[in-house]
Amino acid sequence: MIRFDSVTKVYDVRTRAALDDVSLEVDRGEFVFLVGASGSGKSTFLRLVLREEKATRGTVHVAGRDLAHLSSWKVPHLRRQIGAVFQDFRLLPNKSVYENVAFALQVIGKSRHAIRQTVPETLDMVGLGGKEKRRPHELSGGEQQRVAITRAFVNRPDILLCDEPTGNLDPTTSVGIMKLLDRINRTGTTIVMATHDDDMVDQMRKRVVELEDGRVMRDESSGVYGMKRSS
Amino acid sequence: MRLQFILEQLWKGLARNVAMVVSVIIVTSMSLFFVGGAILFQSQIDLAKDYWYDRVQVSIFLCSEGSEAATCTAGAANEAVRDQISSDLESPALETYVDQVFYETKDEAYDRFLEQFEDTPAITENVTAEQMPESYRVKLKDPEKYEVVSQFFSGRSGVEEVVDQREILDTFFKFLNLLTVGAGILAGFMLVAATLLVATTIRLAAASRRRETEIMRLVGASKTLLQLPFMLEGIITVAFGAGLAVLGWWAIVKYGVQGVLVEDLPLIDYIETSAVWTMAPWLFLMGIVLASVSSLVTLSRYLKV
Repeated sequence: MIRFDSVTKVYDVRTRAALDDVSLEVDRGEFVFLVGASGSGKSTFLRLVLREEKATRGTVHVAGRDLAHLSSWKVPHLRRQIGAVFQDFRLLPNKSVYENVAFALQVIGKSRHAIRQTVPETLDMVGLGGKEKRRPHELSGGEQQRVAITRAFVNRPDILLCDEPTGNLDPTTSVGIMKLLDRINRTGTTIVMATHDDDMVDQMRKRVVELEDGRVMRDESSGVYGMKRSS
Repeated sequence: MRLQFILEQLWKGLARNVAMVVSVIIVTSMSLFFVGGAILFQSQIDLAKDYWYDRVQVSIFLCSEGSEAATCTAGAANEAVRDQISSDLESPALETYVDQVFYETKDEAYDRFLEQFEDTPAITENVTAEQMPESYRVKLKDPEKYEVVSQFFSGRSGVEEVVDQREILDTFFKFLNLLTVGAGILAGFMLVAATLLVATTIRLAAASRRRETEIMRLVGASKTLLQLPFMLEGIITVAFGAGLAVLGWWAIVKYGVQGVLVEDLPLIDYIETSAVWTMAPWLFLMGIVLASVSSLVTLSRYLKV
């Protein structure tokens, strides 16, 4: 589903590479934790998958596409197969829960009928049924993140990228979010999650890829966080 | 669905930036008003040229008593000089250039002189018909070919001076053309200001909706869907400005030129409102091209897909 072949990403030639000769493969339906200190290259990895950045060297394949040769007008089609969730939720404050989720479908041209059917279903699935009319500021952090996950998942993407989705949440709420992500993973969606949440990684016992200074230091299936918290 | 989405985004954008939108409308309407002014002024000059060139003549003044020109040393022009000029004007060499010839006698010239200065007797009281020059008034088929007639008769004994009225008018028209160029240059500067203002406005609009566009980008919105609302925002705003500029000129031509000048100063033919309607599409086109190019350049820098 995602394949990095000797990928190097340099933002500024005067500084060290953000990713340095990384080779990695993530299969369809896998759940992978990406761990490492701040600046280790986790976010760059996710940005390369989303084609927000291009690799300086090496090739990135996502959902069968070589991203180096993907023309810019095809990038939106790639992104429709990828959902993205962030630490800061990135919800639109002036839209209701329903509108925030529907927005993701509107912009890719889904019919009103399809939106009316899919959005409530997905909101029910994540446990937000009955809160459709609330605005983000009327929700708890955990609920806001659920809305963000719903928005990322409502189009049923093949891949869900999560950049520290529990970073702003308390441990109990984080458990709820992880359970939700696990359920989504069981539907066949590949999940790559960058995190500093050691407890969560240790509990989940999923594949763990550790990055340090842009290099892969460890790649273990059923791994643990296994490093000191850096932030 | 997507059209409705684009229209919603467009409306939100316009409503959110009312102050900026108003300033763009004002600046573009002023700059396009000047562009329109330059175009209409040129139309008016062309119209005046047609009007006057139709009436201008080349005058061949003959020597009279007391003429001091080098060609008049033999005294006043006699019958032989007149016959020669008449036959030359009808000769095959000039026939193709000459449309009509009128001969003005001393008395006719005197009458016209009196008529011209009837309000200022101080000028006319000491002048006699004998002092007035006889002349041939030659109307040319093509006023541009003045040189042919001029060279033919200038310097000839008995001919005091060959005057082309068109030359006098040309100086005037040159001055008017300069005014058009001035208006054009001013319009050019203002268009640059308008272009930069459109670019800044779109940049601000894109910045104020960054969160929204970022989400759109992430969920796979196409480039068109991302950029079109901003482009349309620029185009509609500028089109509004063009509309105001056209309206302004329509009012000026309808109530100023046709309402006042035509009656109070009927010296020449004046432009009509049809000239404004002919110019209008060009103003709109110019505005739309300006807004599109400015938006595209700005969006490619500040709203990447």
